[in-house]
Amino acid sequence: MDMIDRRLLDEYQHDLPLDPRPFAAIGRQLGIAEDEVIARLDRLRQHGTVSRVGAVVRPNVAGASTLAAMAVPPEWLERVAALVTDYPEVNHNYQREHRLNLWFVVACVDRAGIDMVLADISRRTGLQVLDLPMLEDFHIDLGFGLQWT
Amino acid sequence: MDVSERELALISALSGGLDLCASPYARLGTVVGMNESDVIATLAALRDRGVIRRLGVIVRHHELGYRANAMVVWDVPDDQVAAVGRRLGQCDEVTLCYRRPRRLPDWPYNLFTMVHGKDRAEVEAAIAGMAIREGVDHYPRQALFSLKRFKQCGARYQHRHAAE
Repeated sequence: MDMIDRRLLDEYQHDLPLDPRPFAAIGRQLGIAEDEVIARLDRLRQHGTVSRVGAVVRPNVAGASTLAAMAVPPEWLERVAALVTDYPEVNHNYQREHRLNLWFVVACVDRAGIDMVLADISRRTGLQVLDLPMLEDFHIDLGFGLQWT
Repeated sequence: MDVSERELALISALSGGLDLCASPYARLGTVVGMNESDVIATLAALRDRGVIRRLGVIVRHHELGYRANAMVVWDVPDDQVAAVGRRLGQCDEVTLCYRRPRRLPDWPYNLFTMVHGKDRAEVEAAIAGMAIREGVDHYPRQALFSLKRFKQCGARYQHRHAAE
């Protein structure tokens, strides 16, 4: 990862140019060609550093979502986590350090879809699923300031 | 907030990210039946209205060396939670800040913040420093560090039908 990669990651987390040729516009700012911008972003994405070049949408605009938590017996955790991950409605799924040790986000076009997914998971695992929908959002999203040390 | 069907279709088509090609907005338009200038104008309007909070490169913290993250949860009296939330939501240390319901007796916490760092010690120091600086150290809190990531991708708002 060189200086150009770092600038791509740092300076374009918001305000991607709304120009018909956005990567050409970025290239002009960085002093490299359009196809090099595209190749670098593609490489960063394949490497996993970049998840996508796209939009962060305000929660619950395009549908409904919730944060769910479960207390899974440790010996079942891998299996239950795999079961949860398999749902296309689940977009984050983490083990966390707590009695409630499995935390995941469910997103559907409407609330009824979420209820269905949570009920299904509960039925298939025999475990209670805590439903913690967002009530209010206080964060101003300016992207993530990276410190290159 | 009013979002039209057409705007929703565009947001949905964008959920996997833009194609990395010379004219990504034109390409996106072919998916939803809009021309390039309509796509650009619609994205600009969604951004101005705050429906799209940011459009750009979305990085993965973990792959960039930010290996530790904690979901820090706080139990704040209901009449103070909005003020505390606005305060913490502006902190550099915090990447998400939501109010969520308590689920008593299992879960007493009503304010959720996410804090990332290079390692656990850095995250713990950031949380402690922030709590004192912002005057919120007296509220009960817990830091739930992530131990394992099973899945992480952008939200795709799925249709789910009873038949499935």
